[in-house]
Amino acid sequence: MLNVVKAELRKLRRPTLFFGTMGAAIFFTGLITSFIYLMIDSPQGNGDRGRSISREVLTLASGSVNGFASVGGFLGIIALCVFAAQTAQEYTYGTLRNLLIRQPGRMKILIGKLISMVLFGLVMISIAAVISIAISYILAPGAKVSTDLWFTSAGFEAIFTTFVNVTISVVAFGIVGMVLGLLLRSPISAISFGVLWILIIEVLLMAVKNSLQSWLPGAQLSAIASGGSPDLTYTHALTVGGIYVAVGAIVASVLFVRRDVAN
Amino acid sequence: MPNTAISVSDLSKKYDDRLAVSHINFEVPLGIVCGFVGPNGSGKTTTMRMLLGLITPTTGQGHILGEPIEHPEKYLSRVGAMIEGPAFYPALSGYENLMVLAKLGGFPIERVQQLLDKVGLGDRGKSKFKTYSLGMKQRLGIAAALLPNPKLLMLDEPTNGLDPEGIQEVRALLRDLANEGTTVFVSSHLLSELEIISDYIVMLRKGEIVFAGPIGELMAQQQPTIIAKSLQQSDLQKIVEIAEAAGHHAVIRNDSVHVLAEMDWAPVLNKAAFDAGITLAQLAPQLPNLEETFFEMTGDK
Repeated sequence: MLNVVKAELRKLRRPTLFFGTMGAAIFFTGLITSFIYLMIDSPQGNGDRGRSISREVLTLASGSVNGFASVGGFLGIIALCVFAAQTAQEYTYGTLRNLLIRQPGRMKILIGKLISMVLFGLVMISIAAVISIAISYILAPGAKVSTDLWFTSAGFEAIFTTFVNVTISVVAFGIVGMVLGLLLRSPISAISFGVLWILIIEVLLMAVKNSLQSWLPGAQLSAIASGGSPDLTYTHALTVGGIYVAVGAIVASVLFVRRDVAN
Repeated sequence: MPNTAISVSDLSKKYDDRLAVSHINFEVPLGIVCGFVGPNGSGKTTTMRMLLGLITPTTGQGHILGEPIEHPEKYLSRVGAMIEGPAFYPALSGYENLMVLAKLGGFPIERVQQLLDKVGLGDRGKSKFKTYSLGMKQRLGIAAALLPNPKLLMLDEPTNGLDPEGIQEVRALLRDLANEGTTVFVSSHLLSELEIISDYIVMLRKGEIVFAGPIGELMAQQQPTIIAKSLQQSDLQKIVEIAEAAGHHAVIRNDSVHVLAEMDWAPVLNKAAFDAGITLAQLAPQLPNLEETFFEMTGDK
């Protein structure tokens, strides 16, 4: 298993993939976090889908991670793309047969891949957390937001909790990407399907019927990152999202283990 | 300790209602070079995939180095393979691609540079795989197959894209490996190459074994051919008629007549042609080579 992880990390560390992914994470983190502080008085809102995040909320001990929690969904989409591409490319390049000749334990390959991509995701999440908190700290005085409570013990607890929630969300999005990669066996198809579903189809469905928000997979995983929302409790999102991810992972794993490798 | 590298019994693979491989049986002894030949679509790659645990057989059993193919984890650490051409990550260098496989198999990383040197890519190891020529990709595929220092090496068309010098190098490499005790199971369209290096031949046609055994035995089964050329093209048909009148099968191929007959019938043909007023420009008895045998046995030409 350790050999699989080491081998996969060599692929993930290639500069175009590593710096490209981290660059995208930094860009979205900077953009969304800055938006919260720079648009704090905007009547159109300064949060996701026009929500307003007030000074009072940002002044709380959890204020430092408001931006980080908001960017969790975007980090999840980045993870979905990376996990889907890294999995599906083995089929399109034909490299899966090389992997299986050197490591015939198919579950070992799958779990090793997942562990290495989770490690990659953790680096991305850590960078995003540092960037978001730093930008928040820099922009807070200009937005007349007090940071006195941010680095108290309650503040650090909020940072830790948000980090865990974002990690759960990002890993879950990543597993969804991996499942799509295994099912569709093409990076373009897997990424297109995943991103279109989360960014367009789910949004349209929720616009037509808001109650669907409680049952759509992307909405659950995004809600986990932000620790729940007024419309969607954290426990509900964790339960429903967990069921989606578990069922998808089981189906994809069984297919991967039993399917002939004929390309 | 088994004395066969590959042993296959009643092995079949069915896709929908088509049998890609049909109840094949053959054995490959240890320490030899075995050519695996057959027309496109005859089931060579499907057979290799079954032997490597990549696809599940519909029926039958197989053993690699004494271990059943249902448990590839028991033998793949001693097997090197390149199936259906070299497949690597385009954005990684040749060196990095081999490192991925070395890490995966737990092989010493020093072997990576040694193998790059061995296949003639020592100075191009740092270049990205996508910049390689077809021949270089092929060499990298062979290097990857050699990573485990294999007891059995399975190569599918290893000389595709190689220049004549490269083909000669691969031929020498495979022969050296066999001399060192590695069993080489190799498919190729270059039958003349296989004829030079193979001790054994497994021949497939439409998913069925046509021949499996020592190459000498295969050649001994073949009837020799007498090749006759006349000064006048118009006389070729007359030579065919003379041969057929004597009970020998004859065809015109490449401006000459090929007569299936023993060598001692050549003087008889010479005299018969002279009596018929035909001047022969060439009369050469010849044993069929592997390519001719292949076409005859697989019915491709």
